[in-house]
Amino acid sequence: MEIAVIDYKGGNVQSVLFALERLGVQATLTSEPEVIRRADKVLFPGEGEAASAMRELRAQGLDELLPTLTQPFLGICLGMQLLGQHSEEGGGTGLLGILPFNVIRFPSAPEYKVPHMGWNNLQALRSPLFEGLREEDYVYFVHSYYAPVGDYTIAQAEYPAPFSAAVQYKNFYAVQFHTEKSGPVGTRILENFLKL
Amino acid sequence: MLTKRIIPCLDVKDGRTVKGVRFEGLRDAGDPVALASRYAREGADELVFLDITATNQKRATLVALVRDVARELDIPFTVGGGIGTVADVEALLLNGADKVSINSAALARPELIDELAARFGSQCIVVAADARYNDADGWQIYTRAGTHNTGRDAVQWCREAAERGAGELLLTSMSNDGTKDGFALDITGAVSRAVSVPVVASGGAGSKQDFTRVFQQAHADAGLAASIFHFGEIGIRELKEHLRADGIPVRL
Repeated sequence: MEIAVIDYKGGNVQSVLFALERLGVQATLTSEPEVIRRADKVLFPGEGEAASAMRELRAQGLDELLPTLTQPFLGICLGMQLLGQHSEEGGGTGLLGILPFNVIRFPSAPEYKVPHMGWNNLQALRSPLFEGLREEDYVYFVHSYYAPVGDYTIAQAEYPAPFSAAVQYKNFYAVQFHTEKSGPVGTRILENFLKL
Repeated sequence: MLTKRIIPCLDVKDGRTVKGVRFEGLRDAGDPVALASRYAREGADELVFLDITATNQKRATLVALVRDVARELDIPFTVGGGIGTVADVEALLLNGADKVSINSAALARPELIDELAARFGSQCIVVAADARYNDADGWQIYTRAGTHNTGRDAVQWCREAAERGAGELLLTSMSNDGTKDGFALDITGAVSRAVSVPVVASGGAGSKQDFTRVFQQAHADAGLAASIFHFGEIGIRELKEHLRADGIPVRL
């Protein structure tokens, strides 16, 4: 099985590679369109700021390529947000437009610090991605912006209002939390993705 | 519901954990990877590695350590201790650190926080602040292992660090550190109220009740401790069960 992890200077990709390695899977870190297109599975991690990530994707022509992919695809954290239409981050930026959501900032409140950082539970699970998980299982989040709940939502979390913890459209799956840093629960999700 | 985090802190020197660690079942208590994995299995929510190496090889050994830990560990970890440049931070993040904490370098040149946040995102930049209390000036920020008073007010400095882009604050009370008399509830609460980013409380933990207090009374987002975990005085699971019984949301 060929697994491509997209390299666009989007942050902590090493952790994703290590997580795959722990599952006994060798992945290729790449920004080569041909390698990405012919991979059996594509992972799209990301951290940092949406506007600069989009600049990097455009510079490499990946903004054109990614929406055309047909194999199972997993966006992680910023890699999920980038699949939407528009983000408020950094004064506002257009995104890849694969899913219909807009990305907005958490309102700051004394009891609800931003970033939303730490372990929170998953609810309303509805996807083969979560096979073997239980409602209320914990995963690790770090983010200041979020995608609201919609038809595309396949798991949600609350902070304090419900938001999309995971989304799906056709072959495009994506999670807001860090599967690679979410202990055995996160490992199971990665395993489930590799079986799609 | 977002849970309160429990964070064991490991001191490392030349790539090995130091300070006595008395753990049964660990073949080599100095091996940071073995110790980190053990804490992860016991339910630690994150780990902090504080590097106290003072040699020229510091950066290389720390990068190697981060790689080894990241290869094994499936929970997040922060690395800190004498990190002072954008290049240092980049090397640590690229090799698998989830967050990097800066302390003295941020006090020497606060713009470093802005630069790091702009380059890597606030989510991975932690500002560690060491505060000490005296009757004349209140809580002030110290550097050089708590020996040098910067003259900066603790709350003001924490607020500035957050405004400049720190995504988290690691607040250590030097006045409480090592006492096992409990966390400094007053300054932790004051900082937590003053900033909109998460605050990790450190220094003084001696009992399970100390963690309950720092979460309930000082609104800390996470509690960090070293010796009580290393010496097995408090198990992470029993601590979390205690917190849950006290009505504090934890991951169990």
